[in-house]
Amino acid sequence: MTGKTSNQKAWLFVLPVVVLVAFNALIPLMTVVNYSVQETFGDNVFFWEGLRWYEEVLHSERFHASLLRQITFTSIILLIEVPLGVAIALAMPRRGPWVPVCLVLMALPMLIPWNVVGAMWNIFALPEIGLLGKTINSLGINYNFTQQPLAAWFTTILMDVWHWTSLVVLLAYAGLCSIPAPYYQAAKIDGARGWAIFRYIELPKMKRVLTIAILLRFMDSFMIYTEPFVLTGGGPGNATTFLSIDLVKIALGQFDLGPAAAMSLIYFLIVLLLSWVFYTLMMRHEER
Amino acid sequence: MSGIGLKDIRHSYLRNPKSDEDWALKHISLDWSDGGAYALLGPSGCGKTTLLNIISGLIAPSEGRVWFGDQDVTEIPPDQRNIAQVFQFPVVYDTMTVYENLAFPLRNRGVPKGDIEARVREIAAMLDLTDMLSRRASGLTADGKQKISLGRGLVRSDVNVIMFDEPLTVIDPHLKWVLRSKLKELHQQVGSTMIYVTHDQTEALTFADLVVVMHEGTVVQIGTPVELFESPKHTFVGHFIGSPGMNVLPCEIDQGAPILAGWKIEVETRVEQTMGGARLEIGVRPEFVSFSSDGIPVEIVKVNDAGRYRIIDTRHGHIHIKLLVAEDDALPSESAYIRFDPAHTHVYADGWIIDGNSQ
Repeated sequence: MTGKTSNQKAWLFVLPVVVLVAFNALIPLMTVVNYSVQETFGDNVFFWEGLRWYEEVLHSERFHASLLRQITFTSIILLIEVPLGVAIALAMPRRGPWVPVCLVLMALPMLIPWNVVGAMWNIFALPEIGLLGKTINSLGINYNFTQQPLAAWFTTILMDVWHWTSLVVLLAYAGLCSIPAPYYQAAKIDGARGWAIFRYIELPKMKRVLTIAILLRFMDSFMIYTEPFVLTGGGPGNATTFLSIDLVKIALGQFDLGPAAAMSLIYFLIVLLLSWVFYTLMMRHEER
Repeated sequence: MSGIGLKDIRHSYLRNPKSDEDWALKHISLDWSDGGAYALLGPSGCGKTTLLNIISGLIAPSEGRVWFGDQDVTEIPPDQRNIAQVFQFPVVYDTMTVYENLAFPLRNRGVPKGDIEARVREIAAMLDLTDMLSRRASGLTADGKQKISLGRGLVRSDVNVIMFDEPLTVIDPHLKWVLRSKLKELHQQVGSTMIYVTHDQTEALTFADLVVVMHEGTVVQIGTPVELFESPKHTFVGHFIGSPGMNVLPCEIDQGAPILAGWKIEVETRVEQTMGGARLEIGVRPEFVSFSSDGIPVEIVKVNDAGRYRIIDTRHGHIHIKLLVAEDDALPSESAYIRFDPAHTHVYADGWIIDGNSQ
């Protein structure tokens, strides 16, 4: 470390950020950690429980079930939204008067508040009065998302696809628009056609933005709460009770603050771990 | 194939071009023979890239026909035209290795595997890429990538014309020279027609046997580097080629000879007085102006040292005339006079040269 000047004043400049991060991240997180190792019956009386809540959550059938539901849901929407988003982005015009029209249409679903999306789809899918529900039933298919688990899943997935495919579309479209024209011209001269152009030019150039799109969609869908809460409330039964809905039920429904805190930390670690795995895998592929 | 013919090409990027300025290419007819090295030279926006893209088929001309030999190729798509093109920014397929990049055009055309292998190795050797064949193309430097783009054209045995669209723009200066010599060498080795678009006169003059100078959507002169230098057909060519460019000085005509600010200038061509209100100018390159004991009296304004010679900026009244003087020649001390070399002094009417042929 010779030759470097040491200046303690630097701390002063970093202080605002430290305070900010402390208040919006560290302190709340530590409060949760605090809850997760104790038992309380109110009145600010706490009993030390150690790792008991963690063990309980990790061994609970209920947690396993909601985690499985969560993973299934996230996998399905990623499998639908990413290819669909790329397909729509490829079909969108790159220039001309229709570009702003398409962009606004695409952005619209994302501008609607999440609880409104849930309420909209709830009414839209009601079997007696909703346009979607009524139409499906009039086709001779018995559809009632408030009673049939399969119908509830179908509606929730359809709603999420409607709400969030645009994000993938816009990111993929931005990636496509950044490809310089000579790439297409060179491919044309080299005799490449449809699939080869997509595989060797468009897909490699979209890789970065698609990585971000997949990561964002993974995190958001893994933490989904508002829309299914408003649409199905986690039902029928527990059919659409995803992790966050389950968590709220335990924390605010049953007031089991200790187990809820332990569960939210485990939940947080799962999201963190999976995001890290996704990111490393995709980045490693990039470097190869 | 035997050469490229452009017949009455006009092109506009607008759907309904109205005024003259709406046309990117105003009216172009050209005939190029097979196997030549040509350059399209002109400033940015003169239409040279448009013309190149019309030849390669990336753009369909608004009017006119493109002929390759005796075949009309105007409607034929680029991949069936026996052409290859190298772009300003190197285009490589990032996910592929250098080998796969070079093999790509052949694979798309269904060439048998063994033939691809042999051909790719042959071209890689020509371009000094053999050591890099198994590397990822995205990891190469700009000049390496540009060689790959060129290689993808060379591997195809059906390619007769290779086109370059300012290919050295992103190459480091010290490698520009190397790559340019490589191109020249390849041209002799491969024997295909090469068309080189650039705004850099050095690149054009060193690469091409015949240079096409373009200005505002028209061809102003086609000639060998020497012709462009010694008898520019248009004052634009005089300005654009040469460093510094040609002196262009307003003049009048009296008894068949140009008069510059009252001084009679000797030229080899007799100029008729019937130029009918055209804008008349004398054009003489700084290389052909010299100090002498008599002639036009001037005052020396500025001396720029350019290494082997000096560029002298002189003034007669409000007319500025540049001339070159060798590094060790003395400058006149007080009263200076200059004269023009009659063999290399030309008269221009409305920008176009007046010579024995055109009258």
